[in-house]
Formats: sequence, C-alpha cells, structure tokens
Amino acid sequence: MNVPENLRYATSHEWILVEGDTGTVGITDHAQAELTDIVFAEPPAIGKTVKAGDIAAVVESVKAASDIYSPVSGEVVERNDAIEADPSLLNTDPFGTGWIFKIRLTNPADLDSLKDATAYRAQIGG
Amino acid sequence: MRTPLHDQHLAAGGRIVEFAGWEMPVQYTGILQEHKAVRESCGVFDISHMGEFFVEGPGATAWLDSLLTNNLASVPVGQAQYTLLLNERAGVIDDLLAYRLAEEKYLLIVNAAKIDEDAAWLRKHAVPGVVFTDRSPEFAALAIQGPKAAAVFEKLFQKPMPTERNRVLEIQPGSFIATTGYTGESGFEWVIPATEAVSAWQAALAAGATPCGLGARDTLRLEMCYPLNGSDLSPDRTPLEAGLGFFCDLKKPAFLGRDALLAQKQHSVLPHKLCALRVTDKSPPIRSHYRVFVNGEPVTETTSGALSPSLGYGIALAYLPPAYCDLGQEVQIEVRDRRFRAEVVKKPFLKKP
Repeated sequence: MNVPENLRYATSHEWILVEGDTGTVGITDHAQAELTDIVFAEPPAIGKTVKAGDIAAVVESVKAASDIYSPVSGEVVERNDAIEADPSLLNTDPFGTGWIFKIRLTNPADLDSLKDATAYRAQIGG
Repeated sequence: MRTPLHDQHLAAGGRIVEFAGWEMPVQYTGILQEHKAVRESCGVFDISHMGEFFVEGPGATAWLDSLLTNNLASVPVGQAQYTLLLNERAGVIDDLLAYRLAEEKYLLIVNAAKIDEDAAWLRKHAVPGVVFTDRSPEFAALAIQGPKAAAVFEKLFQKPMPTERNRVLEIQPGSFIATTGYTGESGFEWVIPATEAVSAWQAALAAGATPCGLGARDTLRLEMCYPLNGSDLSPDRTPLEAGLGFFCDLKKPAFLGRDALLAQKQHSVLPHKLCALRVTDKSPPIRSHYRVFVNGEPVTETTSGALSPSLGYGIALAYLPPAYCDLGQEVQIEVRDRRFRAEVVKKPFLKKP
C-alpha cells in the first residue's frame, strides 16, 4: 500500500500536503481500496469553513456512502471539480489527480496531531 | 454460516459481508468490473445460501398449486417456474423457483433469509402422501450468467446449453441445472451436492467464468427490475402491487392468499404500485429507504436503488400511490437533505435486444 513520506495523515484516512499556509487534502490509497469503486464525489464549496474533524466532503462507492473529514481547521479555497466529473480518479490516483480540496489553515498546530507516514503505515497494518 | 465455497472466496480475494445470516462475498475485484463481466462475458456467483426443498409423492402438483400463486400443473416436466408463496392477506412471504423434476416431484429454490419460514409454512399445510424435505444444507449452488455462459456450459458438460429459458436437467445424478437467473443475461443455475461445490466452482473458473459477488448480483437484478425479497417484496405488499400479477393464476380454484388477491383485483385501484424511477438529475447513488417526494410532499421511500453501472444514471424502485404511477411522472428523491429529480419509467431499466 502506497503511503508517501511527504504527507501527514488523519486516523480517518485523509492525507494533507502542506505548502505555506495552504493544505491539499485527499484520501489515502488504503481508504480508496477499502471503499472500492467510487462512483460519486462531492468536494466542499469554496469558502466553506471547517474545524479539524468536521465532515468536509462525501464520497460514495456502489455499496456505501462515506464522509470525508477535514484533517485541519480552515477555509476551503479550492475544490477539485475533476473528481465530480470522474470519481474514479479517487481510486486510480488518490494522492494526485484524485485530491479533494485545498484549505487555508487557520490553526497550523492541528498538524501536530496528525500522523507521519510511519505512524499511519503502522495504523493500517502495513 | 458459511457456504462450502468460503475458502474459495477468500482465495479469490472476496470481501466478506453478512447477508441473511451468511458470510458471503460482496465483491472480489470490484462491483463495476464484475457487473461488466456478466453483461459482456460470463460471471459465476455462489448462491449456496439459497434453500433447496424437495416435494414429492402423489398429489405433489395439486398440493403445491394450493400453496403457490403460479400454475405448476401447466408446467411440463423438465421446466422451472417462477412463483410466489403468500400469506392469507396476499402479502409475499417468498418468491421462488419450482423445478418440475418428474410428474409429481419438485425441487424448490427459495431465498436464504426465508428457508425456515417457508419450511414452517409448508409443513403447517402438509397433506398425507406428499413428502416435503428441506435439504438446504446438503446442497450448494452456482449461478453462471452472461453472454458467454453457453460456452462455459459446453466446457463443463460437453454438450450445448439448452437455448430455451427455464429448462431443467438432472445433469449428473443428484445435480441439476436450470436455464434461469437473476441478471437478465442468458445462463444457468447449477444445484450441486455440497461435497462437489469446490470442484464445480473451480471448473467454472477454469471454463472462463469471473467470480462475482452479491454487489454485482444486486446491480444486475435491479437494472432488470427483478424484485429482491425483503426489500421490494414484503408480507405487507401483494404481488399485484409489486407488478407480479403475471405469476399469479387467479383462475386456479384456490391457493393461499387467492381470496385477498382476487378482492384486490376486483377493487380495481391498487393502493400503490412498485414503480421504476430513473434519476434525471446528476445525483449520488440512490439507495433503499430514501424518501420520495411529489410536489414537495413525501409520498413514499425507495425500496431499492443504485447507480446503474450499465446505464450510468441513478435507478430505483418505490411503491407509489396510483395517481403518481404514470410513465413520465416527475418525483424527487431525497439524498442527505437534497432532492434530485427522477421520473417514472417503463420496466425494465435495461432493455435487452
């Protein structure tokens, strides 16, 4: 299972890539494999403010709907329209073109409670 | 409970879920891929959780005709018939297939969740001379479905698959095939002694069938508007309401639920009918128990729903009041506090050439 070293991870299987005061958020390779064929994705609206742990997006597989939580507090500044048009990007490229939203962090200290790749790899047992 | 194929499912990467008390594979490689395999090639499903009842003895036909809605007396030996078991209110207890193996010998294939209830119901109405046995634990079953199922059949049995639907053959002593299915594709169901399940499964895979789970089984059947008992059928809904009147022979002098069914038929207006809904907005996948609105008012909820893998849009079934059952009727289906437009369309969703 792919767990890139340069990302931070939430226990609920989201990743965040932080550049300056902005983070890009998506779901992990492990999460997409567990969810199976993703057929619907709804990224958050630009301007939405969320606290760390709030529901920020929804993805649905053939069998089930899953909430996607924001790993950090902040304001959504970009959403990935491409995954609305082609939700399978979440399966095929979860760390790349399958990103979900970008968020301007209001509390960078949130990052301290996220896992690094090693800790997340241990969580998913691999 | 586990079927004799449990280890085979794990070996094939099956993701196991609980279904009607059974540990069953919901998928192996992916529901969309398995769905496509059945529509375009051939898939094999483990349906060993389903029940196998034998009914035999002088008067077996008359007895079953007094319990089941369809007309078995009209079915030739070597044919299967889709039929229903009703309660006195004409509500559906189960939908099943009856294989006529001999003049007075039948094999009934019933839903896994209903084995005990069906058996109790049949025993309650037992008559002298007709022997009823629930032999479910002794049997496994495979459904082999798809345009290439005939080729798989030939490899398995070195003879052509019967072209006619609903044909039944005792293909080997104690093992039966019927050209029936729950997918809308051609193919067959193969009822085998449990001890032979593993070799049959492996032979089906070797003959080119793709392992398919309950997930694809559900999307395939829903595209064809085949009802799922417990979701689209229930003890509170009659076959007329479910659109299954074709399988109820009201000319028979008597069967369980007939009086209630006849009364409903003569009443002319059904309280609600199971309608096919096509979602016309782009929407999340529709699932069961989503609320359905007409002109802003909640009128019912969906009994089944999916994003159709073959058609690419949302599909659902729901019992609607008769005023809203006309083709083209607009409704809205609620998903997480948002409503998406849908319309009543002709069944089935997927039109087969």
